[in-house]
Amino acid sequence: MTALLQTSGAGTGLELRLAGGWCIDNVAAMEKALQLFRALDARQIRVRYGGIERLDLSGAWLLRQALRATRERGIDVTEVDAPPDHFPFIEEFAAAETAPAETSARPRLRPLGRTAAWIGRDALERTESAREALGFFGRVVATFMGAMLKPKHLRLPSIVRHVHETGIQAVPIVALIALLISVIVAYLGSQQLVNFGAEIFTVDLVAIAVLREMGVLLTAIIVAGRSGSAFAAEIGVMELNDEVDALQATGFDPFEVLVLPRVLGLIIALPLLTIIADAMGLIGGALLSILLLDISLEQFIVRLQDALAPTTFWAGIVKAPVFAALIAMVGTLRGMQVRDSSRELGRLTTVAVVQSIFLVILADALFAILFVEIDF
Amino acid sequence: MVSVRGVVNRFGTQVVHDGVDLDVYPGEVLGIVGGSGSGKSVLLRTMLGLHRPTAGQVLVRGRDITTLSDAEMLDVKRSYGVTFQHGALFSALTVAENIKLPIREFFAPEEATLDALAELRIRMVGLSVETGAKLPSQLSGGMVKRAALARALALDPSLLFLDEPTAGLDPISAAGFDELVGYLQKSLDLTIIMITHDLDTLIATCDRIAVLVDRKLVTDTLEGLMQNSHPWIREYFHGPRARSVRR
Repeated sequence: MTALLQTSGAGTGLELRLAGGWCIDNVAAMEKALQLFRALDARQIRVRYGGIERLDLSGAWLLRQALRATRERGIDVTEVDAPPDHFPFIEEFAAAETAPAETSARPRLRPLGRTAAWIGRDALERTESAREALGFFGRVVATFMGAMLKPKHLRLPSIVRHVHETGIQAVPIVALIALLISVIVAYLGSQQLVNFGAEIFTVDLVAIAVLREMGVLLTAIIVAGRSGSAFAAEIGVMELNDEVDALQATGFDPFEVLVLPRVLGLIIALPLLTIIADAMGLIGGALLSILLLDISLEQFIVRLQDALAPTTFWAGIVKAPVFAALIAMVGTLRGMQVRDSSRELGRLTTVAVVQSIFLVILADALFAILFVEIDF
Repeated sequence: MVSVRGVVNRFGTQVVHDGVDLDVYPGEVLGIVGGSGSGKSVLLRTMLGLHRPTAGQVLVRGRDITTLSDAEMLDVKRSYGVTFQHGALFSALTVAENIKLPIREFFAPEEATLDALAELRIRMVGLSVETGAKLPSQLSGGMVKRAALARALALDPSLLFLDEPTAGLDPISAAGFDELVGYLQKSLDLTIIMITHDLDTLIATCDRIAVLVDRKLVTDTLEGLMQNSHPWIREYFHGPRARSVRR
């Protein structure tokens, strides 16, 4: 392969003969040749293009940049023969180059300054986000009040559809997971209790853990994943398609049509799912006790009745509507924030799930503190 | 019919509209034209009441929509129809359901009546009755635009807003749509405000054209704009793509 660049002469007579294929598939050779340009030390050079066999736009561009840089270093470049046709074409749009991209006007901060700026900006964004969430919650409540006064606005078919999708369709998975988790917990607990000959108290363990905490919490987390993301994605796609704008322009209130039915649907569905989860949890505990701990079903039931206080079941179930409201509102809020691109849709759907799970667990903790205080 | 007075739209430090004035007369077809990014969609949304301007007024039939309550605004929304740039049909509903939705919401007639009303609008825009049972995802681009128009006409509005109605259509479909708009405008005595880039549509259907330049509107007939000396306007109406204008 011919060398792409050959030098001859020296001093004022230095001549660069360009040859061979200056194309993108020769990029490695081109880079080597261009290094020669950078290493030039003469004050005057002559360039000969005649030997070039093939030239594409990439080659022409790199060559032009190299020649330009050479001139800018103060070296006088003369062309011995005509430059290739590509050059005038490149000159046209290169000449239209605007001033070099403005460097950011922001002052360059030292790392400490940058961290402080980041903290400040993050704090402001979070405050704004919290304010938006509060406003959203208020608007949902206001829409609900309005709908109560004018029942026609309640959109029952929509609510029923959501109860079906978030509740009935989730029954298999919720039931299965509740069963499995309660079996695991019962097993772990019983292994410890057996050391004290106290395996009968496995029943207490299962009853209290499932009914007070795990039934509702697991159901809420599963529903947050299933329905929180569904709400965010459905509404997010509608935002991307301008369907929400179309609703508004036709005179519909998106909160009434999209948000409220989802919130109400979930508030109805989640407690019902929790009851199923509670039941499956108790069944799981019973199965483990019967099969592994030699506790008969009658013994199990008797022990269960002793272990259950009046508040055990209610302490769990009363949390369900609260969790449902949190999940539904986070999901729909994030959905309505989607703009511009599929990436935003993905990001906000993820945020919806993560935030709803977090808020559910936070609420659970607050409930725990509350119940301890009021001795529930 | 519709008046825009001194509307200013500012987003942060970016001023999109700086004192926009416009008067749209009943029964006319007005085209709105402007470079990409000049704020045409923002102007449309401001006129629709979907966006509150930083300053200024928007009067629809004499009432300033920037000051109306939600209930009063509902009245206004019932009197106009909108088509959006990509159709914005409700993707979960069939075409017929799309049309029936606003009618059912505001007037609650019987299902059979709704079917008949929807069929009327579907046929009015030149679609076959079978199209009514299709989902938006099953329609071709031209059919989507017509279906969107059918939905915009659901409540028999007297004012119609069209956002890029012929964008993406082949020349035959676009010409067909122009004809349809012209025919409906005469038959139903509609006032139409349309945002469009399509010079052929502008010539064929528009009585006047409003050009969004330098954050303000310049409104005139086509002949008037051809004489205008503003560099962007000259480029638009005399440029290499303005063949149909030169005829």
